[in-house]
Amino acid sequence: MATGLVVPRSPVLAPGRRHALPLLLLLLIGFLAPLLAILWFSVMPPRSFTLWHPPTFENYRTILAETFYQSALWSLGLATVTVVLLALICYPLAYGLSRVFGRWANLLTLFLVLPLFVSENLRLYGWILFFIKGGVLLGGLKAMTGLQPESWLFTPGMIVFGMVYVYLPFMLFPMTLGVSMVPRETTEAAADLGASRWQVFREVELPLAMPGIIIGCLLTFVLAVGAIAEAKVLGGQSVIPIAHDIEIAFTYAQNWPLGAALSVLLMIVVGALVLTVLRRFDLDRILGRR
Amino acid sequence: MTDHPILQLRALTKTFGDLSAVNGVDLDIDAGEFFTIVGPSGCGKTTLLRMLAGMETPTGGDILLNGERINDLPANRRPTCMVFQSLALFPHRTVGQNIEFSLKIRGIDAATRRDRALKLMQQLRLPENYYGKSVTKCSGGERQRVALARALAFDPQILFFDEPLSAIDYKLRKTLEKELKDIHRETRKTFVYITHSLEEAMVMSDRIGVMRGGKLIQVGTPEQIYTKPRDKFVSEFMGEVNVIDIRLDGDGRLVSNAVAGRFVPPLLPKGFSAGHLVVRPEFMRFLIRADQADNHLTGRIYNEYALGSRIQYQVRVGEQVFVIETLRQQVFAGRLDDEVLIGWNAADSIVVGD
Repeated sequence: MATGLVVPRSPVLAPGRRHALPLLLLLLIGFLAPLLAILWFSVMPPRSFTLWHPPTFENYRTILAETFYQSALWSLGLATVTVVLLALICYPLAYGLSRVFGRWANLLTLFLVLPLFVSENLRLYGWILFFIKGGVLLGGLKAMTGLQPESWLFTPGMIVFGMVYVYLPFMLFPMTLGVSMVPRETTEAAADLGASRWQVFREVELPLAMPGIIIGCLLTFVLAVGAIAEAKVLGGQSVIPIAHDIEIAFTYAQNWPLGAALSVLLMIVVGALVLTVLRRFDLDRILGRR
Repeated sequence: MTDHPILQLRALTKTFGDLSAVNGVDLDIDAGEFFTIVGPSGCGKTTLLRMLAGMETPTGGDILLNGERINDLPANRRPTCMVFQSLALFPHRTVGQNIEFSLKIRGIDAATRRDRALKLMQQLRLPENYYGKSVTKCSGGERQRVALARALAFDPQILFFDEPLSAIDYKLRKTLEKELKDIHRETRKTFVYITHSLEEAMVMSDRIGVMRGGKLIQVGTPEQIYTKPRDKFVSEFMGEVNVIDIRLDGDGRLVSNAVAGRFVPPLLPKGFSAGHLVVRPEFMRFLIRADQADNHLTGRIYNEYALGSRIQYQVRVGEQVFVIETLRQQVFAGRLDDEVLIGWNAADSIVVGD
């Protein structure tokens, strides 16, 4: 060029952004817009069905004045117990799948995944048939021994059982991935340096598998807080979880703004918990990337 | 160097199902020795080392440490330590925490641990400010040094090395080989090293054991392995050599099917009938007259390769290619396809079996 002057090309958008645009629009419309609609509905007057009223915090006042905190605490409590139980059950399984079972791991994975193809409600009703008085368990027990204990159905314990059963794969598979990410030689090196089996677990295996464990815990916690079918079917409505309250508000009660306000509060509580955990366990740092 | 055996292997064997990985290895390793086991991949050297470190259990034979049988002692209770091929550093820990790991496990207080770690870092030329640095941020050479410091931290009697330098570029590897030999000299510990490179073994070792097919086929000093290889396999393992298949004909003359002419060998083993005549490239020379060496052949220069301080030529004699190396200063003025006379003295050749 004679002048040595280079005029920079100025496209409307850089190619990367331009190509990301359709997906970005889809995400905005598909995910962000409903969230914003819920958020705006939560500040509409009770029992209104349009978004064109002046905003009010009446719904939030109603929620705080009434006993919704009970169902919220039930949901959070049941979810916490479920996650703890799942972590304890799944770690040995995950360890086995990635280290011990060898070629049997695929078969076991298949058995764990197959039930996912059957509707959750159907599976829960299956457990009803198993546990109900005169059902598979108690009926069989009566026929063989004559004993007639009370059924465990319709108790909080049964709800936890149902959630552990339904959400097991969501804990197990991230955890298996986490455990399989621990390089085998690092555990050998730890043992070689004098660590006992327990010290190897605490100092090397657990911290290195932590990303998978945390992702499994967060996933199952978020799913379990929003769970509704287990309490309805196996719990026989002995416990009303928060998701059930939200459903009632949107359906029988015809009070969309109240349901929206409950949803927003639940999202804030769960979001705050998840973000706290993610801050506490910096996944990148655990993986040594930072 | 003391010369009592610290580690004794007696008919040590490991089989995996039908596969025999290590097959009856007998060996004494002296205290303070730098012993290298060398062999091609799949020869069983890694399995052998893992048995010595306590990560595999022998299926036969015994391992004696200071005269005591340690076959069933697990790795975490052996006074030995391994430096892995992958180094197996703890990625979630800092340089200091990695080095101090074995001390923390043994319940040693933080201040003592730190002193020990810093001393080792100084010895291994790691900057002091690396103490709090994440190991994932260290370069390849630095990670080698961290791994070595971590292994040395609890003062083990024997250090095992599983090809820790194999994934490192040539120049750094050469530096680290020498550093490792220096560290061996300073610490006076017993080092047992495995590698597939006889060249690497030569640089560092007091003694070398060559392994093939699960068996230890030759043990000796680098000098012995180099100059008196037991068979064709060992002689070829050191890199390029000239091997001529030879046999005694009916008239008691040494001849080859591949190359015409009769050969003047060094002293032949008793009862020799057929074998291989081995001549190293540096003992092969270009001749002006046939009487300048005990043996001579006529061939054509096929190609030449500059190897830095040396130049290598390939000379075709009939179907066989011979390799000749000369020093750069003595560069031979021949051109490609020139007909040349090459030769060697009988004393510079060896006769080996299969």
